[in-house]
Amino acid sequence: MTRAPLIAGVYEFPERKTAKSALEIQAISARAALADAGLAPKDVDGYFTVGTNPGVGPLATVDYLNLNPRYIDGTTIGGSSFVAHVNHAAAAIAEGRCRVALITYGSTSRSSGIAVGTRERIAGEYVDQFEGLYGISTVGLYALVAQRHMHVYGTTGAQLAEIAVACRRHAGLNPVALYREPITIDDVVRSPMISSPLHLLDCCVITDGGGAVVVVHPDLGRDLRKPPVRLLAGAEAIAHTAAGHRDYLVSAAAQTGPRALAEAGVSHDDIDMAMIYDSFTITVLVTLEDLGFCKKGDGGRFVEGGRLGLGGALPVNTDGGGLSSNHPGMRGIFLVIEAVKQLRGECGARQVPDCRVALVHGTGGTLGTRHSSATLILGAT
Amino acid sequence: MAEYTKPLPEITAESRPFWEGCKRRQLLVQRCRACGARQHYPRGVCAACWSDDLEWLPSPGRGRVYSFTVTHRTQARGFRDELPYVLAWVELDEGVQVLTNLVGCDPEKVRIGMEVRVTFEDVNADVSIPRFTPA
Ligand SMILES: [Zn+2]
Repeated sequence: MTRAPLIAGVYEFPERKTAKSALEIQAISARAALADAGLAPKDVDGYFTVGTNPGVGPLATVDYLNLNPRYIDGTTIGGSSFVAHVNHAAAAIAEGRCRVALITYGSTSRSSGIAVGTRERIAGEYVDQFEGLYGISTVGLYALVAQRHMHVYGTTGAQLAEIAVACRRHAGLNPVALYREPITIDDVVRSPMISSPLHLLDCCVITDGGGAVVVVHPDLGRDLRKPPVRLLAGAEAIAHTAAGHRDYLVSAAAQTGPRALAEAGVSHDDIDMAMIYDSFTITVLVTLEDLGFCKKGDGGRFVEGGRLGLGGALPVNTDGGGLSSNHPGMRGIFLVIEAVKQLRGECGARQVPDCRVALVHGTGGTLGTRHSSATLILGAT
Repeated sequence: MAEYTKPLPEITAESRPFWEGCKRRQLLVQRCRACGARQHYPRGVCAACWSDDLEWLPSPGRGRVYSFTVTHRTQARGFRDELPYVLAWVELDEGVQVLTNLVGCDPEKVRIGMEVRVTFEDVNADVSIPRFTPA
């Protein structure tokens, strides 16, 4: 994209447990992200969110925020939704359907006492009658992939733990992360087993939270308050049960990674840092393989030796990730926000030096049944 | 019969033959008469070619563990009292995968590739639920 759409403003709501409502969180975040961009609420003409209730998508938030968008998108494909929203906003802007696209998210999972990972995962779908009878939970449906990865490729719990350790180290450098005390590989593999082979510390945290992102037409680049970030490429895919004929070790990232890299015209060596959806450690491992950072099956060895930590070859989840910073149920928007801050050089103690190109990858749903992938490549200006 | 506290299938016209098969202790797998593809879960059209010319074939109910997880913590209805339990993908000999539980074995002894066979639990007068057990 020579005339790449721009990410002009971002904001992450800093509280991890709040008395505010999901709608208030989104209003605060929208106001701050627009201020970050040097824009005003009246400038918004495109709006993107998953919504606060199933079935009516953005209706309640548009009403609450008193917006009047001429382009609306309520795409809901799990935690990756907000990554997809950025891609959709770019397409809408390129088509002339809107010029200032606002994306918001807010959730009070923690203060509402929602056990995101271990609650019964039943969505009210036809397929529930074949899957929902067997004690399925989100963590269980990721554990199925982890177990098979270990069986086929010899991946170990200690290798998965490397991912959690790297995220926790980064969280220690993020003042608003939920858990900031360092952990070791031993801490992870000795933490209580939740759904084998995944231990407690292989699982993301549960928090409240939210945020907002503003995507604008490249013509607005001159008027922004901060150097904007260019959207170099976007790709989406869904991988599913395939009527009973699925290789569950290959995620939809195997489709989105190559497409996004080709569209951006960059190679893996050009990526300075990556934000990889970390609902569980296995999510990161499989995603890195499928995005092509290493060969299929080599993910365990790839993540060893601190490669994903700051100072390593591929710093991942520099905010601490869902594993240590925040996970209110859908984490995609935070992946975009942190990558933008890195590309603007605003990350202080956790800044990746000379960060020019970042990869963002969201995973929504569960790897063990059906999930979505959304990949973005972002570039500094 | 003790009260069954786990989720029950919401059976529809589309899925009724499958559940009637379970009641007769037959695991049915759909085969497409147009293209020959086999599929699970059952549905009104062939997932391979979208033909609705499907037949229901009784499966011998034998297969291998494709993957599994021993669940130690869950909020799932009816399962909290049965921890730990085994959730698994079983690949039938016909080549289709079935999400299920493994029962009648020590969860710590389950292995990928282990041979299993279907077993049915009569949970009420209308519903029998297929699960798998070591063959
Ligand atoms: Zn067919």
